[in-house]
Amino acid sequence: MMGERVIGDVILDLRNISLAFGGVKALTEISFDVREHEIRAIIGPNGAGKSSMLNVISGVYRPQQGEIVFHGEHFARMNSYKAAKAGIARTFQNIALFKGMSVLDNIMTGRTLMMKANLLQQAFWWGPARREELAHRAKVEEIIDFLEIQHIRKTPVGRLPYGLQKRVDLGRALAMEPRILLLDEPMAGMNVEEKQDMSRFILDVNDQMGTTIVLIEHDMGVVMDISDRVVVLDYGKKIGDGSPDAVRANPEVIQAYLGASH
Amino acid sequence: MAATADASASGLALDTFPRLLLQHARVRGGKTATREKDLGIWQSWTWQEAADETRAMAAGLAALGFRRGDHLAIIGDNRPRLYWAMCAAQMLGGIPVPLYQDAVAAEMIFALQDAEIRIAIVEDQEQVDKLLEVREQCPAIEHILYDDPRGMRHYTQTFLQSLDEVVAMGGIHNRNQPEFIEAEIARGKTDDVAIMLYTSGTTGKPKGVCQTHAAFIAAARGGCGFDRLDDSDEILSYLPMAWVGDHLFSYAQALYAGITVNCPESSETVPICLREIGPTYYFAPPRVFENLLTQVMIRMEDAAAIKRGMFHYFMAVAKRCGAEILDGRPVTPLDRLRYALGNLLVYGPLRNVLGMSRIRVAYTAGAAIGPDLFRFYRSIGINLKQLYGQTETCAYVCLQPDGGIKFDSVGKPAPQVEVKVADNGEILVRGPMLLKEYYKRPRDTAEAIDAEGYFHTGDAGFLDEDGHLKIIDRAKDVGKLSTGAMFAPNYIENKLKFFPHIKEVVAFGHDRAMVCAFVNIDMGSVGNWAERRGLAYSGYTDLTGKAEVLQLIGECVEQVNAELAHDAMLAGTQIHRFLVLHKELDPDDDELTRTRKVRRGFISEKYGVLIDALYSGKASQFIETQVRFEDGRTGKVSADLAIRDAKTFPAGAAARKAA
Repeated sequence: MMGERVIGDVILDLRNISLAFGGVKALTEISFDVREHEIRAIIGPNGAGKSSMLNVISGVYRPQQGEIVFHGEHFARMNSYKAAKAGIARTFQNIALFKGMSVLDNIMTGRTLMMKANLLQQAFWWGPARREELAHRAKVEEIIDFLEIQHIRKTPVGRLPYGLQKRVDLGRALAMEPRILLLDEPMAGMNVEEKQDMSRFILDVNDQMGTTIVLIEHDMGVVMDISDRVVVLDYGKKIGDGSPDAVRANPEVIQAYLGASH
Repeated sequence: MAATADASASGLALDTFPRLLLQHARVRGGKTATREKDLGIWQSWTWQEAADETRAMAAGLAALGFRRGDHLAIIGDNRPRLYWAMCAAQMLGGIPVPLYQDAVAAEMIFALQDAEIRIAIVEDQEQVDKLLEVREQCPAIEHILYDDPRGMRHYTQTFLQSLDEVVAMGGIHNRNQPEFIEAEIARGKTDDVAIMLYTSGTTGKPKGVCQTHAAFIAAARGGCGFDRLDDSDEILSYLPMAWVGDHLFSYAQALYAGITVNCPESSETVPICLREIGPTYYFAPPRVFENLLTQVMIRMEDAAAIKRGMFHYFMAVAKRCGAEILDGRPVTPLDRLRYALGNLLVYGPLRNVLGMSRIRVAYTAGAAIGPDLFRFYRSIGINLKQLYGQTETCAYVCLQPDGGIKFDSVGKPAPQVEVKVADNGEILVRGPMLLKEYYKRPRDTAEAIDAEGYFHTGDAGFLDEDGHLKIIDRAKDVGKLSTGAMFAPNYIENKLKFFPHIKEVVAFGHDRAMVCAFVNIDMGSVGNWAERRGLAYSGYTDLTGKAEVLQLIGECVEQVNAELAHDAMLAGTQIHRFLVLHKELDPDDDELTRTRKVRRGFISEKYGVLIDALYSGKASQFIETQVRFEDGRTGKVSADLAIRDAKTFPAGAAARKAA
């Protein structure tokens, strides 16, 4: 990374979020914010509530308590549709793609929300539908170029190795032209080279498209290298928040990761 | 034949490349000159647009201070604007110097210093980063221009500029002073150096080979006339721009005859682009044809029984009569019928899958091609031919004529070329396509071109009774065993490399009592072979150590020995002992040149302990080797290599049964 990125104001603010499944408290009064253009990581040991947190932001889970403020708008209850409309896109830990469809078509699904033509027009690929598809295709091609996956454009996703599938999943999320991109363990299960590639793409997305990124990651090394600020969760509670260096020095964090309690 | 007349409308002779470009703009201005696949769509430029862009780029370069006689470095994959940059430099009387785009930064230092590069035009951020890395060693660099702005937003150095800006600036200059560029083009002479190509250098530092407009135009004219290439032909340009072959086909011949040049999206998409474009004129090194055939064979092995049966039946038909039909020789009506049916069911679809449906002329060169491989392509109706040449001769010495192919020769001397064999077997050539000089190396120039004007190729070979040239080996590589028998390592290595399981071989034997060899397996082919046998392996190194693999390679070695035994001259050079290397020989580890030729001296030094083991009769040897990964980091691989004895045959023994 050369030069400097300008990190803007808070665009996503999570206030006192609590989430419980029956008697199990997944998240307890968690508050943190995300600033525009930054890379924000959520880390923590297994079962700390990282994925729950991401699911709350993207509207999959509804917290019993607390509110989400996104671009000045208050959401007591987020849902997936609202989240997508508001410009929140995500990738999934266990890749959510259509295995039988080509890379191109999969990324195209990310444009669904922006397609305005009605069913009849689309069925006959007529007038507005045709123009619209050409425009969307152009955008998808830019993403394919950006992620360097031209050679697999027409390959069914199911035939691709895992690392490339992850990249396609990222492409599908990018096709929404999101303001915030949520990445659920983007590097899980990858080898060193794939991790390096993915880190580079995340940094490039953040840098060139200006997209704000919230990512969950298990691999501490990667997170510390690419994040601007890090939130640490343990047993559904926030135990640290700050720059990677500050978090690394935080005794509670060290305790959670290295301590004998788990 | 090319529709290009000898003189243009403006009265200037068409004897430089810029004048050829402008002539095409006048004669066929609306016809497609260049295509490039960008964002999934083939973009095209007409000759008029290409000429305008090139003129604008030239004016932009002039404004940056590029002068007559200056060198312009060009580094990147095959991109239309990088080809135009060559012509733009030539318009100003400058000399483009394309460098291998996959070379690491340190390898570029020598050429950048040697050619005193002040301005470099590069493809993208990756190449910019390389130049920034070596900028301290090359302080002469004043401007770096990049074609693709992706990732360049945060680079603040003032000597970095986008090529777009330079072209836009040049466009304005040209509108204000249209006569400037025209006058510069008019000043160009046919004997000016048009291009400098660095030889890959199997030994020592690379040398800059200076070629004039006259030389490359002569080579292009000869080649285009020989194969009747014209402006209806299409070529896919995907081989390194720094390589003489690409310069001849995609630049010199394209500009001479008006061939449409197509640039693929990226190096990974070449097979897809090949199918989409369907070129009529195609060039690939033997390695590419080999890989394609290996892939076809692997996929056929996995195909359903009916398809596989059909494939094998018709391939047998093709083997029997395909090449004869292509050469127009007599074939029985029944075979003709079988071949026609095969063409409908197998050969046609196969050509289509390979992207070779429209090919009229395909060439291969750079290394020996296996007779079986060569015959395979010809038998399915692809007019594959061999040519022979080197950087110093514009890759234009011998060509195989249509209908007169001999599998083991490289063809007859091309029009205007004289070939002579010296007493020591070295091939000497003379003609208009010879280099002017090696840059700043008068001693080397004098050594290479003798008083009679013959260039010493360094290859050993002979002309047969029909005047076809047959190459045996590099003249300096041809050695002697301590028994006095002639030892031609490349000849033996190539015979082994024709097996799909073997990727690379290094044979030793000079001043020794017997021949021994290192073998590199082909991971794709042997891997598939192992899978089909249910042989488990964890990676390359593990696979190479399997007893079954050693057995497989041993059988290949023995077949070659049987063939060598058949030839009285070479019977003494059968391979007695061999081992399978634990890592692939790699240009990044300096074991191969960038054009993937074996660097013998370096390898025998690096693996000296293995050679000693081969000759001392040991059954195995431990070795640890450093390897360099693509990102520049280094690591170590180690293995205990088993050394095997191979069966040898008495001279003149019946080799037929093995062959």
